[in-house]
Amino acid sequence: MTAFDRRLAGRLLGPEGPELTCEQCFDQLDRYVELELSGDRADEQVPGMRAHLEGCPACDEDHASLLAFVSAER
Amino acid sequence: MLVTMSSVHLLDPESQAWLDRLDPSSAERDAAVAELHALLLKAARFEVSRRRGSIGAAEGEDLAQQSADDALVAVLRRLRDFRGDSRFTTWAYKFALLEAGVKVRRRAWQGREVQLEPESWALIPRGGATPHEELETAELLAALEEAMRRELTPHQRRVLVAVAIQDVPIDVLAERLDTTRGALYKTIHAARRKLRAALAAREMS
Repeated sequence: MTAFDRRLAGRLLGPEGPELTCEQCFDQLDRYVELELSGDRADEQVPGMRAHLEGCPACDEDHASLLAFVSAER
Repeated sequence: MLVTMSSVHLLDPESQAWLDRLDPSSAERDAAVAELHALLLKAARFEVSRRRGSIGAAEGEDLAQQSADDALVAVLRRLRDFRGDSRFTTWAYKFALLEAGVKVRRRAWQGREVQLEPESWALIPRGGATPHEELETAELLAALEEAMRRELTPHQRRVLVAVAIQDVPIDVLAERLDTTRGALYKTIHAARRKLRAALAAREMS
């Protein structure tokens, strides 16, 4: 498959396994980012977050922005 | 002083000070609200500058100001939801970043048509596989397209095509369909489960 087709298939099929909803993602986002910044097993402590970020581009952007902003503020 | 916080977390002193100062009974409330707005505006400006694309500087600043205002209202309304899972400022920043991100995406798509009736054309564009890869690519994409036509409801198909193929931001689609990001994502999630099941039945997942 081409990279384009692989990305397309991935976007259509989404992540495997359980994932948070958008509302749960927003609710947990600040905690998740601080766990990431402290290197404290964020994916283990907030199960389903990583899968949701892979499947939801908008929440993924929100996550990237919060991580970048809080990192810059410290 | 707010006393309704979850007892699970002991707040860090800085977060506790924010809650104390933002309490309606606090003599420092007005000053705290102004400080909070300034922090939210900084976050909103950060987000707008990251994503504004072709939006001009003046309009970008206007979007940042609107985002900070809306985020302030949301933060003050949901103050009692803050559980101390993070620093108060990290919790507050996410509201400003969300507001700014949504506003920038919607502004970028203002005036652009979203094609929501893709029933008459090929659902999945072809990416031009090399001859060596062609068979595998063609089989998977054909199976996906067939599953999309056979297994998905018209609403699931429209939403998945718009977001996953046409790259329409989910917030933009939510605005056009008068719904929410969360509701649309649930639709996408259900559609994806159907597609995975259909491919699994064909031993292609």
